[in-house]
Amino acid sequence: MRIFKIAGLLILLAAAIAFPLLFPNPAVTTVAVFTLMFAGAAVAWNIFSGYTGYIALGHAAFFGTGAYAMALMCQDWHIPAGYTPFYLLPLVGLVAAIVAIPLGIIALRTRRHTFIVITIAFFFIFQLLAYNLRGLTNGSAGLSLPIPTWSGAFYNEPFYYVTLAILLLALLISWWVRNSKYGLGLLAIRDDEDRALGLGVRTGPSKLTAFVISAFFVGMLGGMYAYFVEAIYPPFAFDALYDVVIALMCFMGGLGTLSGPIIGALILEPTQQYFTLLYGENGWYLVIYGVLFLVIILVLPRGIVPTTSEWWARRRAARGNVEKPGGEPPPAPGVQQDTQLVVERSEGVKEVNL
Amino acid sequence: MNILEAQGVSKAFGGIQALNTCSISVQQGKITGLIGPNGSGKTTLFNVITGYERIDQGDVRYNGKSITNSTPNRVFAMGIGRTFQLTRIFPRLTVMENMHVAAQRNDFVGLISRWSSRHEQRRALELLDFVGITGLKDVPAGNLSYGQKKLLEFAFILIAEPKVILLDEPAGGINPTMINHIASRVRELNKQGVTFLVVEHNMEFVMQLCDTVNVMHRGTKIAEGTPEEVRENPDVLDAYLGG
Repeated sequence: MRIFKIAGLLILLAAAIAFPLLFPNPAVTTVAVFTLMFAGAAVAWNIFSGYTGYIALGHAAFFGTGAYAMALMCQDWHIPAGYTPFYLLPLVGLVAAIVAIPLGIIALRTRRHTFIVITIAFFFIFQLLAYNLRGLTNGSAGLSLPIPTWSGAFYNEPFYYVTLAILLLALLISWWVRNSKYGLGLLAIRDDEDRALGLGVRTGPSKLTAFVISAFFVGMLGGMYAYFVEAIYPPFAFDALYDVVIALMCFMGGLGTLSGPIIGALILEPTQQYFTLLYGENGWYLVIYGVLFLVIILVLPRGIVPTTSEWWARRRAARGNVEKPGGEPPPAPGVQQDTQLVVERSEGVKEVNL
Repeated sequence: MNILEAQGVSKAFGGIQALNTCSISVQQGKITGLIGPNGSGKTTLFNVITGYERIDQGDVRYNGKSITNSTPNRVFAMGIGRTFQLTRIFPRLTVMENMHVAAQRNDFVGLISRWSSRHEQRRALELLDFVGITGLKDVPAGNLSYGQKKLLEFAFILIAEPKVILLDEPAGGINPTMINHIASRVRELNKQGVTFLVVEHNMEFVMQLCDTVNVMHRGTKIAEGTPEEVRENPDVLDAYLGG
């Protein structure tokens, strides 16, 4: 079973690597780069919001911070176009992570709805700053980045592979968090934060660390985006829809699951690009998003991954029963287990002698 | 020797004096009961001891050391575990994962390594076996019955090997056989040296289990003694009947 899993993952990885070679059309690879950017951001967002249950809707602030950090570094340090800007990405991520620390400390003092509202407020503050700190950001005129001189067919490939690397790193971190003691603490926070604190989970530092990790990746992807689109402006670097789209991807694929965010991104981002291609930039895709969101809530309220894996487990359990009649019924909680417990309990009665 | 002591503890919520210079002591190795009418401050006292509420004045001591206004994670790490009146488990984690949340590690390497070490796994299975829900280890805890949740909450506290366990209404809302089962587990642990402080409304449970009983009324202790003494105490009868 484990071998099948690993083989499956390797095939998926090979497919991801081979994709731009099989479909070298720049129109296709451009969509692929954006899709990977969103997949990476969704995985990173999920490390914080999916595991802790704190829905952050201000990660666009880190995306924009990363984008502007990239633009300013290239501008001030006279970075030439080519591969050099890619080496700046970890530094760009670090800038976003450092910005995330004070914001996290403030926002994480609150919970649930208040937390969501505060993160949205942070986002708007950052967007306003991008418009108004003209000395730094050049206001609404935006900043431009060096433009690589790669040929048309090849142009997207470096962006594709670097973004893929970021996505894989984010996925690795997400997987590691999910399997670590630290990650179990995050999941416990999601279910009952005060209870987790009472069992020794250091909830404050745990939440902040996850918040900063996700900001780091989103910041890197912001820098990636800036270099890819060659010029940035406040409304695009700090996009109000960014977090809504990412949250939707995670909800669709399965919040708090490992692969859910990627599946959500793989479905939603190409769809959006397709509709933009079909109807132009007039926002029709937003209507489609709205409809899709309602459908998800109605049909798959917990997302694709949890629903299908549960369906799969049930199917397998049912089939196992048919194959060996008289065999063990599938382990189900409730009545049957309860009777088992009663036997033990009645032993307890003798013991206690009440 | 008193392992746990609250001295002159006061706590007000707005105009309501939940605790009013309340003093209580818990002897090491004993099962101490805490009874009193609804709203007399029992749960607030638990919250104050375990760091969930800050107190206005007074002192809480554990092993002679002040733990006044500590935080819940520190109190737990020092060896005081508690259950909640409305059982609080992690519903979306499996029973096994629930067990491992309480088996915390505080070093960096411990935090980034796998959530279940072989040692922790064995210990968790032992404890699930001890409370009798081993068969449910892979079930999401939210699917358990109320009584099973109480057993789980009890079991995951034990994984940290606390010296003192505070039980908030362990017998509330569950059937008599389950109550007996829980009582037997408390007895067994007490034999092994674990100290208990138990809030309970079920008088039969308290009378059978506890070595000494404290009675609270309007935020302060009005009586203390063996179960028999307390039952005869006129103040106690007044508190329950007169209100």
